[in-house]
Amino acid sequence: MSELRPDLRIIAGWITPGSRVLDLGCGDGTLLAHLREHHKVSGYGLEIDPDNITTCVKKGLNVIQSDLDQGLSDFDEDSFDYVVMTETLQAVHYPDRMLKEMLRVGREGIITFPNFGHWRCRWQLLRGRMPVTPALPQQWYNTENIHLCTLKDFEDLCDTLGIHVLECTVVDRTHETDLLMRLLPNLMGEIALYRFRRG
Amino acid sequence: MTREFPADSVGLVTPRTHHFEEPLPLDCGKTLAPYDLVYETYGELNAARDNAILLCHALSSDHHAAGYHSEADRKPGWWEVCVGPGKPIDTNRFFVVCSNNLGGCKGSTGPMSINPATGRPYGPDFPIVTVRDWVRAQARLADALGIEQWAAVVGGSLGGMQALQWSIDFPDRLRHAVVIAAAPRLTAQNIAFNEVARQAIMADPDFHAGRYYEHDTIPRRGLAIARMLGHITYLSDDAMRAKFGRELREGKLSFGFDVEFQVESYLRYQGQSFVERFDANTYLLMTKALDYFDPAKDYGDDLSRALAHVQAKFMVISFTSDWRFSPARSREIVRALLDGDKEVSYAEIKATQGHDAFLMPIPHYLDVFSAYTGRIAAECSHE
Repeated sequence: MSELRPDLRIIAGWITPGSRVLDLGCGDGTLLAHLREHHKVSGYGLEIDPDNITTCVKKGLNVIQSDLDQGLSDFDEDSFDYVVMTETLQAVHYPDRMLKEMLRVGREGIITFPNFGHWRCRWQLLRGRMPVTPALPQQWYNTENIHLCTLKDFEDLCDTLGIHVLECTVVDRTHETDLLMRLLPNLMGEIALYRFRRG
Repeated sequence: MTREFPADSVGLVTPRTHHFEEPLPLDCGKTLAPYDLVYETYGELNAARDNAILLCHALSSDHHAAGYHSEADRKPGWWEVCVGPGKPIDTNRFFVVCSNNLGGCKGSTGPMSINPATGRPYGPDFPIVTVRDWVRAQARLADALGIEQWAAVVGGSLGGMQALQWSIDFPDRLRHAVVIAAAPRLTAQNIAFNEVARQAIMADPDFHAGRYYEHDTIPRRGLAIARMLGHITYLSDDAMRAKFGRELREGKLSFGFDVEFQVESYLRYQGQSFVERFDANTYLLMTKALDYFDPAKDYGDDLSRALAHVQAKFMVISFTSDWRFSPARSREIVRALLDGDKEVSYAEIKATQGHDAFLMPIPHYLDVFSAYTGRIAAECSHE
């Protein structure tokens, strides 16, 4: 098996072996397959893209074709140890409701999103334009990313919703981290990773 | 000259019949004995006998799922799209069994068979059979074929209901269930459609209270209307619009009640050709089996409880334009399986063809179906 992407490796490190995981927007199932093989994790992936569904099925994963904006009503309270959502929060209609839903069905939530506070974004806004960066490559008019936020915005929302942040880290677009990023996460981090639970 | 069948077809097939002497207890309280099941098989059973797939058929189909009955046969079996070498149900890898359900009219014991008690055809005296009865009979056929555990039980529509029932009634006799375009039970609207179809048949003067064989006739008009009605519900509004629109056969209105619109012509043709190949009493029985299907009923209407002891892994598939068994109904099955932490995957195929989509070669459907059966095949023993 090829090397796991660094951000997914960080997430995998956060997840206790043998636990139950729900992966929202699981894509081609890379994370779930890795967790199953190396961490004895069981669970389900939710995905909307037909080709991704087929790929997940091929990998022997449990994948449910779903539109995340329809909520997680198929799942009972506390059905999972972790509910994971990688780089999808900014694309859902109601990120606040989504976070609440994640902590309804799961004990802990794990989120990654592109940091709108990154210096590249700030620089482009200063020059009077919507940012187009390697982490956010689309134009404002055709982007799926409709709810962009910074690390501080996300943490404010967590406060408002009574969500307790357990861990936070940032990586660049190649999903690596360095000292500068650790010192100035909201300025230097391109992608934010959070682990949180009900407060 | 011998005919060349397509390379991805099972080609020439011959149905077989198994005769059962031991009485079969039925849900209605009666027993059936003796009885025959006609079935077809494709592919080879491996030495470990663990690569067998049972196909369950829908309302008006039968044991002839794939291939051709003769060199002159124009049309292949009903699921030729999905069954054959290299297809989702890959006959190079699986031993495939498909039997005609009891109450049928294609060779298994049904209303047209002779009732040993009277020496006359059963007709209306054939007992009402249920999905559970069919599954019980299929299990006996599995015994007769020496198949202890199916690699998978697979079906669409009413066939999907049988796959679901299998997983409940014989949890350790199947490893996978593939449930396509099905529902955990019918809605009132669905039962209503079935009732109109039955009334059309029974109101036909040629029905003779179901004893029309003895009057040497068939309730032709009633059965045709039943089929026409069914056909409308199997297609989507979009599919009908795309296929017929408001196109007129003669190009202009004739201000009469003869066939004017193409869609009328099509429906009449469907109705009439169905009459030639299907029995009205069987149609009545099959629609009843649909209406009665409700595995949650014995569990306080809680489908999750009904599926609590299921061991099979599930693939559930629905089609966006299917309004007879809509995606929401498949999701009910998925949800109940999730409640019990069962292994399940679910795909909702974008399709315009309505309920009939499960018989169509839709690329994403075939892809995800093949992906799942590929997994099933990988688990089977390889000599």
